Amino acid sequence: MSVPDRLLPAPLRRPAKPGEGNGTDPIERAKEAPVDLVGWVDERTGATGMLTGALYRKVPKGTNWLYTLGSATLFAFIVQAVTGVFLAMYYTPSPTEAYESIQHLTNDVFLGEFVRGMHKWGATVMIIAIFLHMARTFIFGAYKYPRELNWVIGVVLLVLTLVMGFTGYLLPFDQRSFWATVVGVNINGTGPIIGPYLSDFLRAGPEFGGSTLQRFYSIHMLLIPGALIALIGAHLYLVTKLGTVAPPWLRGETKPRSLREEKI
Amino acid sequence: MAEDADKHDAGEQRPAEDEQPNGALPEAKPAAYFEGESMTRRRAFSVAAQGVGGVAGAAIMLPALGFALAPVFDEQDENWVGVGRLGDFTPDTYKSRVITIVPEIGEAGKTTVYVRRGNPDLNTQNEQQLSNDPDSELRESADEVIAISTRCVHLGCPVRYVNAAENFICPCHGGVYDFQGAVTGGPPVRPLDRFQTRVVAGQVEIGPRFSLTNSFSPVRARDPGEFTGGIWNVLYPPRPSTPPAP
Repeated sequence: MSVPDRLLPAPLRRPAKPGEGNGTDPIERAKEAPVDLVGWVDERTGATGMLTGALYRKVPKGTNWLYTLGSATLFAFIVQAVTGVFLAMYYTPSPTEAYESIQHLTNDVFLGEFVRGMHKWGATVMIIAIFLHMARTFIFGAYKYPRELNWVIGVVLLVLTLVMGFTGYLLPFDQRSFWATVVGVNINGTGPIIGPYLSDFLRAGPEFGGSTLQRFYSIHMLLIPGALIALIGAHLYLVTKLGTVAPPWLRGETKPRSLREEKI
Repeated sequence: MAEDADKHDAGEQRPAEDEQPNGALPEAKPAAYFEGESMTRRRAFSVAAQGVGGVAGAAIMLPALGFALAPVFDEQDENWVGVGRLGDFTPDTYKSRVITIVPEIGEAGKTTVYVRRGNPDLNTQNEQQLSNDPDSELRESADEVIAISTRCVHLGCPVRYVNAAENFICPCHGGVYDFQGAVTGGPPVRPLDRFQTRVVAGQVEIGPRFSLTNSFSPVRARDPGEFTGGIWNVLYPPRPSTPPAP
């Protein structure tokens, strides 16, 4: 008296013997397809091992919300990158058309004001997040050996982000952004010896001219983002390689205890 | 299986001359090493590959850099624009004129210039300074035309002439200049820049910009925020292509 397996509810069914029945059913094979696909890619890239190492690494005791400020900065950068790509679809970097294209983008394009708003306010959010992240790193002493290089990379990232702010500020090309950029470029020019050449380079000539805006646009959307992405990669690599640091109020306790254990 | 064993045996049997006197293993030699070579084949190829790579990189980077830096060395056209008849201007006050200094970029390429006739009466006021420096632009004659650039020499904001106070005032950081453009207050580092002027058939024409030192001797045009005169002329070099001062 045996009941055919198909009539039983799944938990009561006898498990299939290896190499028999299991996986030969078209529906079962279809269910396996996503796993197979991931497995196919993983077998050829070894991505799982890398991702496991990066995402399931050990973190010290006392890790808290302050440790998410770096990720917050990264998220702000991603928002800037994505909204920036879409803003570039409507923007015209020409001294005579830039202002009109921004007006068109803001007032006429569906959700244009929202996307531009995200990019505009996201810039401020990113700067604030960077400084909070930097303060956390400094106050927790997380810049010390062996993480000095990551601090240096972080400072370069900060400077590049400020350059992004400076070059992006000109792009709306209204009175405020024009004169702010004139002042900013002239501040660059007050450095002795190389200052005058630096401001000439930024303006593409002695006066704020036809290609100044395009130059700022190119620096803003191609040159600095490329450098930022490369350095963020290096920054994250060092974070995963070196790990994070326990907050200073816990480090005093954990360190001697672990040393004692190691001696025994 | 048998082949493997053969290879293994062959590897074990080393030529006798490679053995060190103390029985230690012979010094490892790189692949394809031959006696007496000064540079291994591997090293030679590595140096050559890096050299070729460097040349290829430079061949891309140097033209790109030159491309980006070229405008610094661009020769500027010396361009003169008419701003009105000589009779339109008086020695006592400034008339504002809008001229285009960068063509084809719309409003952004325009600037305001304040123009007046030279006022010899001011020379008695500046007598002491003029006796020290005979070349000073402070000395004015009735037949010359003075054109003041509205670019504030602090950081480049546009200054405005206030008739009642006979002052130029900058809205950004509070720079104040007197009637002749000398700094009387705020952060500016030198007198207001001027434009060269000439009168052609009764028409006043405005030419290239030039800067002044604090004693009003003309120098080649400098950017705002840059000191002029003495050692500063070296520390803030003028653009190679700027026209000479008058």
